[in-house]
Amino acid sequence: MATDGEGLHFDSVLSQFDVKPLFGAGEISFYTPTNVTLWLFLIVVSTVAMLVVGTRGRAIVPNRSQSIAELTYGVVHKMVEDIAGKEALKYFPYIMTLFIFVLLANFLGLLPMAFTVTSHIAVTAVLAFAVFFTVTAIGFIKNGVHFLDLFWVRSAPLAIRPVLAVIEVISYFVRPVSHSIRLAGNMIAGHAVIKVFAAFAGIAAVAPVSIIAVVGMYAFEVLVAGIQAYVFTILTCVYLKDALHPSH
Amino acid sequence: MEGNIGELGQYIGVGLTAIGMGGAAIGVGNVAGNFLAGALRNPSAAAGQTATLFIGMAFAEALGIFSFLVALLLMFAV
Repeated sequence: MATDGEGLHFDSVLSQFDVKPLFGAGEISFYTPTNVTLWLFLIVVSTVAMLVVGTRGRAIVPNRSQSIAELTYGVVHKMVEDIAGKEALKYFPYIMTLFIFVLLANFLGLLPMAFTVTSHIAVTAVLAFAVFFTVTAIGFIKNGVHFLDLFWVRSAPLAIRPVLAVIEVISYFVRPVSHSIRLAGNMIAGHAVIKVFAAFAGIAAVAPVSIIAVVGMYAFEVLVAGIQAYVFTILTCVYLKDALHPSH
Repeated sequence: MEGNIGELGQYIGVGLTAIGMGGAAIGVGNVAGNFLAGALRNPSAAAGQTATLFIGMAFAEALGIFSFLVALLLMFAV
């Protein structure tokens, strides 16, 4: 892309997603500490700070940090109960883990110079396929062969059931793809848009507009980071509900 | 003017994927607009349906993100 002299610098728009080794510059093997390792570690540290250290006081009247931990727990607990039903509460720890991980990965990725772990389809695909396989396994264990009722819509007329079955099967197997690409795509697109606006700050005439636009987009991205974590979790709950109650 | 015709087609294709954004915009706008129309008729039922609102928005928006993915694939993978 175009870079000459003082004008526009679009080079860094996508280079913020590069995986780099932390120490030196060499070949990346599976044991090389990279910026992904660093930010995954920071996510774990902030999870512990938020949930373990935050609730250490166990006060009856919670202070600020304890309130954050308790409210987060309450929101996810209510979401699982409302959408997937009471018997899905058994899987609440898994869904809470997913929510906290995605939420903190999105929020920490918004820090300047940070690396967004969830902007890589490799990361989100692992999360989404884990959900997909877990939910499918739960469906077969809980319902046995009746899990296949999910694809054979008994409430529809017999003539169109095979057509519906094809559509249902396709939509079932597209789930992990859309589940992972939605999260990664939102993160890539949002961060890239901020960087594109930031690149226009190099031209003096449009610099004020572009800086205001960066601030506006940044605020919007904070919103998107929260909403995408919420959406990722809520869709997990929807898939879990389908596995527990496969009949339409 | 120089360059090859393949690169020209690549850039035109990447530009055309922006049309997908319009489709996603219509979809998300439909979801939000209809939610608001329903919520103003019956405000007491609105709070319980925000989860459905977000699910609907996520599905509509995902297809717009797919067009962005096609643009990335054309740009860097083809």
